[in-house]
Amino acid sequence: MIAFFFRKFDRMATGFVILLVVIAILVPVLNLAVPEGSAFHIPTYLVSLWGKYLAYALLAVALDLVWGYCGILSLGHGAFFALGGYAMGMYLMRQIGARGVYADPILPDFMVFLNWKELPFTWVFFDHFAYAAAMVVVVPSLLALVFGWFAFRSRVTGVYLSIITQALTYALLLAFFRNDMGFGGNNGLTDFKDILGLSVQAPTTRAALFGLTAVSLALGFLVARAIVVSRFGQVLASIRDAESRTRFLGYRVEHYKLLVFVVSAAMAGIAGALYVPQVGIINPSEFAPSNSIEAVIWVAVGGRGTLVGAALGAVLVNFAKTWLTGTFPEFWLYGLGALFILVTLFLPKGIIGAFASRFGRRSEGGAA
Amino acid sequence: MSRRFMILMSVLIGWVVLAAAPLRADDASLVLKRLATDNYGDIEAGVAALAASGLSVSEAVLNALADSRLSYRPSDKALFIKDPSGRWIDAATNTAPAEAPSGLKSVKLNNRVRRALEAALGSMTLMSSDPQKRIAAAEAVFKSRDANTLAALDAVIGKEADPVVRRHFEEARAAVLLLKTDAPEADRVKAVERLGERGDQDSLALLGSVTEANATVNIVSAAKLAAKGIERWLALLSTAQNAWYGLSLGSVLLLAAIGLAITFGVMGIINMAHGEMVMLGAYTTFVVQEVIRTKAPGLFDWSLPIAIPLAFGVSALVGLLIERLVIRYLYGRPLETLLATWGVSLVLQQAVRSVFGANNREVGAPSYMAGVWDLGGFQITFGRLWIIVFSLVVFFALLGVMKGTSLGLRMRAVIQNRRMAAAMGIRTPVVDALTFALGSGVAGIAGVALSQIDNVSPNLGQSYIIDSFLVVVFGGVGNLWGTLLGALSLGLANKFLEPLAGAVLGKIILLAVIVLFIQRRPRGLFALKGRAVDS
Repeated sequence: MIAFFFRKFDRMATGFVILLVVIAILVPVLNLAVPEGSAFHIPTYLVSLWGKYLAYALLAVALDLVWGYCGILSLGHGAFFALGGYAMGMYLMRQIGARGVYADPILPDFMVFLNWKELPFTWVFFDHFAYAAAMVVVVPSLLALVFGWFAFRSRVTGVYLSIITQALTYALLLAFFRNDMGFGGNNGLTDFKDILGLSVQAPTTRAALFGLTAVSLALGFLVARAIVVSRFGQVLASIRDAESRTRFLGYRVEHYKLLVFVVSAAMAGIAGALYVPQVGIINPSEFAPSNSIEAVIWVAVGGRGTLVGAALGAVLVNFAKTWLTGTFPEFWLYGLGALFILVTLFLPKGIIGAFASRFGRRSEGGAA
Repeated sequence: MSRRFMILMSVLIGWVVLAAAPLRADDASLVLKRLATDNYGDIEAGVAALAASGLSVSEAVLNALADSRLSYRPSDKALFIKDPSGRWIDAATNTAPAEAPSGLKSVKLNNRVRRALEAALGSMTLMSSDPQKRIAAAEAVFKSRDANTLAALDAVIGKEADPVVRRHFEEARAAVLLLKTDAPEADRVKAVERLGERGDQDSLALLGSVTEANATVNIVSAAKLAAKGIERWLALLSTAQNAWYGLSLGSVLLLAAIGLAITFGVMGIINMAHGEMVMLGAYTTFVVQEVIRTKAPGLFDWSLPIAIPLAFGVSALVGLLIERLVIRYLYGRPLETLLATWGVSLVLQQAVRSVFGANNREVGAPSYMAGVWDLGGFQITFGRLWIIVFSLVVFFALLGVMKGTSLGLRMRAVIQNRRMAAAMGIRTPVVDALTFALGSGVAGIAGVALSQIDNVSPNLGQSYIIDSFLVVVFGGVGNLWGTLLGALSLGLANKFLEPLAGAVLGKIILLAVIVLFIQRRPRGLFALKGRAVDS
């Protein structure tokens, strides 16, 4: 079973997994065990910031799985991410209990504010972590299943598919802005206190969340890799390169696409669930179409169809974003825009792809 | 209205009302003296008597009373009005007394007196020489439904020559009669019919207040029938209004989407920076207006006609640059083009934000864009009307280009089969560049129109881009008629869903419907027929 995930492993994949495991252990240790004055100490805010990057990296890996290996350019993956985030946020809201401003033991503050008398059915079991964790995977997968079933069955492809995925996340954006949806309206869910009985503010919890995110990214990477190197993955690549030809060879193209789309959506949902406790808020702006498109550029920067590159791109672009919006706020959009243009024009295979083709085929990842 | 007629009528009304008054007042000073008291009941009766007296000073006196500027001298009950400069004027003679009166007491008001005053002033303006004032007075009576005004109304209705004013008088009279329990049944039924003909929300509310408690069975059933008629009429009106709003939204969508439709049709690429071309057009309008404001304010009404070609030029030029510098290297890779143009859109937004600031910019409306046309409750704003006309003109102009020019011929050839067109000697790169410039230019023109109805901000384009995509996807590619139909049906569907489901939910439903529609017809309403497997 374990061996299945490590089949056809090359040096880059091995290095990536080892790196993730190392930082999953090292960063919490440097944060908690090393005294604050030391040069090796990592402050808690940086732990959470990098935890956020790694959650984005998992989203990028999920997106690369469908775009890089199956040619489905989803401009709505932010929707799956945000749905996973909302599921986690609802659990965290229920954990606040009577410590809210209105001190209602059951209802979250915004519902008391809206004068609601009882919990809507969507919220009922969210005080159980296991149920919330299941919803983190189930809700995005279900949406992907229904949406993908309709879209792939009627052979909506290419830019048409991109546009309707964008419309999907836009519709969800509008829906979650509504107060009567019961998800906090435009303020979203915030003011979290506990997760599994531990304070979300505590450095130990933050360090643990970081470690968990790094491990999840490693696992997500292993799953995605296992898919793409399998026979199933080879069919996906052939769908990407010549969809009609694959269909004429007798493969049920829509089934392959649907399966990989659902897996990817579930992964994006998990990424969202890891993201929310670390940033402390989830609101409808996570559904904004621009967020989903930004996720696409992470993949493109790192290298489409390389998985490692997607994760790398997510971390690099977001690191640059944090740095630029802090120092030169007005240049960030120029930088991001230029990145979109320059990467598509001059780096079609991304950083990893360019690296791989320059130094020969050291990895088989660069097959974009 | 002649002066003699006025006098005649005043006397007539005076006679009608005074006949019912308990006290007979013979001359002006006697009527006025009735106000010189501190008994509210007497003041109220005095107000009615004064209004009916037809005295030339009565309007001034009543207005003074309404503004608490009226006082009396208890010794001889003479009335004095304080004019705005603070001088006292003898109310009976309308002249300033030789010496300032002393020991005055002001005539006090309570709510009952105020009501009587309003009705009195209303019935007096019923005789005004200005038809607008007469209508306003009739509407005031319609709202107050003061039975005291009935006599005055009866008197003026017969004399009124202007049919419009007369209609208002009759409606006011009907409103009074409707709830007057001691009026004859036949009159009240007639009043019900009259209100039914008026057919607005106010009459509906009035008719709704008719119950068995204050009317006979006949009146109530007539009122119910009339109310139903009004409801039907109002529903029809709101349907027409929705259709109008939908048409207006549809024309805006058409303007925003039509440029996108030709670039998508010819080149098969999605231009995510299309919204920013619209935004550039809107900012061009802003700049044109700023220049006109400072250099030649007299030309302000010409700002839009001047801005249209300039906006076309600016956006077309920027579009051409984008095509030459970015897009032409990405042919055959539509998804990458989508990403690159998204990058272009971010850069353009930020550039405009750097130059003009992030706030909304004020774009003024020329005189012909302002104003409303009221067709019996159905309102047409000129701004919307012009935009609908303008979008149709742009549409047919573009259709003319597509069907009648050699560029259009080449564009259609490339839409149908790019490689075959190239084999026939059409220089497809040139066609692509010109198509992109044309599509961008049309977006710029759309920006001129949108600057009139939306905020001109760096985000202007973003708010239209998703809707424009949906129009193109819904209408089908490579067919302008599809875009027209798509834009209008989306606009109408949007506006008809809004009252049913609310603006946001309506939009969500629409998005869901389109997503489902694409399942049925993945290539839109008007799909090009072809035999290629991968189109």
